[in-house]
Amino acid sequence: MSTPTTTPALKEWPLWEVFVRSKQGLEHKHCGSLHASDAQHALQMARDVYTRRQEGVSIWVVPSATITASEPDDKGELFDPAASKIYRHPTFYVLPDEVGHM
Amino acid sequence: MYTQALDLPPSPEDQGAVRLAPAASAQEALQAAFDRRIDADGRIEPQEWMPEAYRKTLVRQISQHAHSEIVGMLPEGNWISRAPSLKRKAILIAKVQDEGGHGLYLYSAAETLGTSRDEMLAALHSGKAKYSSIFNYPTLNWADVGVIGWLVDGAAIMNQIPLCRCSYGPYARAMVRVCKEESFHQRQGYEALLSMMKGTAEQRAMVQDAVNRWWWKCLAMFGPPDDQSPNSAQGMRWGIKRISNDELRQKFVDATVPQAEVLGITLPDPDLKWNESRQHYDYGPIDWDEFWATVNGNGPCNKERLATRVKAWNDGQWLRDAALAHAHKQTQRAIKEAA
Repeated sequence: MSTPTTTPALKEWPLWEVFVRSKQGLEHKHCGSLHASDAQHALQMARDVYTRRQEGVSIWVVPSATITASEPDDKGELFDPAASKIYRHPTFYVLPDEVGHM
Repeated sequence: MYTQALDLPPSPEDQGAVRLAPAASAQEALQAAFDRRIDADGRIEPQEWMPEAYRKTLVRQISQHAHSEIVGMLPEGNWISRAPSLKRKAILIAKVQDEGGHGLYLYSAAETLGTSRDEMLAALHSGKAKYSSIFNYPTLNWADVGVIGWLVDGAAIMNQIPLCRCSYGPYARAMVRVCKEESFHQRQGYEALLSMMKGTAEQRAMVQDAVNRWWWKCLAMFGPPDDQSPNSAQGMRWGIKRISNDELRQKFVDATVPQAEVLGITLPDPDLKWNESRQHYDYGPIDWDEFWATVNGNGPCNKERLATRVKAWNDGQWLRDAALAHAHKQTQRAIKEAA
């Protein structure tokens, strides 16, 4: 038996984010994270950790390191401009009662 | 599960680290924004600025909570192979698996604060980190398993429900998940005791004996009295703690007394009686010396629990290494095939 000289440095299993579809027709929703050695392992772990009571019909796992997130400091710049654009909502438009439901 | 050790003062090196934070004006502005968010009952999320002391308190509290879940598997795990029926065995396996799951939710929540799983486990295994003292008592007979579900998990639920509104988002979300599952734990325990109470005189005596041994320990789970709990005020200020130790303890007593009557056992406290003017049950003094002796490592099972936990971790090392080596090999093979 030959042991490769380039054995990877053994450390913690990498972190994965878990998304579960609770039932057919609904989207996958983030439900938590876990450590696993690879993608298949992460799926098995996600099944045991997050769906012990039939919480899901489908699971996605994504390496946490591959997620790009917006900066908390950019919150104002990114999201505040929408606050003044109330004409994007249907309730902005006042219609006569005779029109009924529209 | 829940750890009362949250109320332990931070160790001297932790305090030293907190004091190092510079008090620049930028820092003050960040602090003011943080305080405003807390005052408005807002939530803090992982990437956002937070005071170092808030972060440290949460890492300590959440990791100790996680350790309690993991160590909490041990007293009941002992009874899986001795459960009186296949039904009770399946229930107990499911419950113990839940505790493991709760530990994992909580470790993940703590990791969002910048600590690593390995660091937390090292702190548990070296004895530096605490876990709930309740697990340092032995489970002597089958009724103990029922009593743990009814009283220990019942006390845990009292503690954990307010934590669902904790100011730190990941902790609050983990607690919502935990609380949903915890109700099963309490109900299965109470139901197991009801079955024993319908049995022989000997079985009923077993239930009474187990209640006698666990009752006072469960009251101590809520932590020291409010006037001796120096960290509580800060925890309240930060929106981490919502209800005081004594208030939670009172709620637990008030909820449990009628349940004990239905079950047909006597809670081992001669001072326990309804107080019409307070509209609460009065109860006798708790033996805090015994509690602190156990917290400080001198309970009946402290050494055994930690040794079992460390052995399980060490025995699993080859498997964790093998899983990583396998993943590495698969990646290398895929790269080779693609080339």
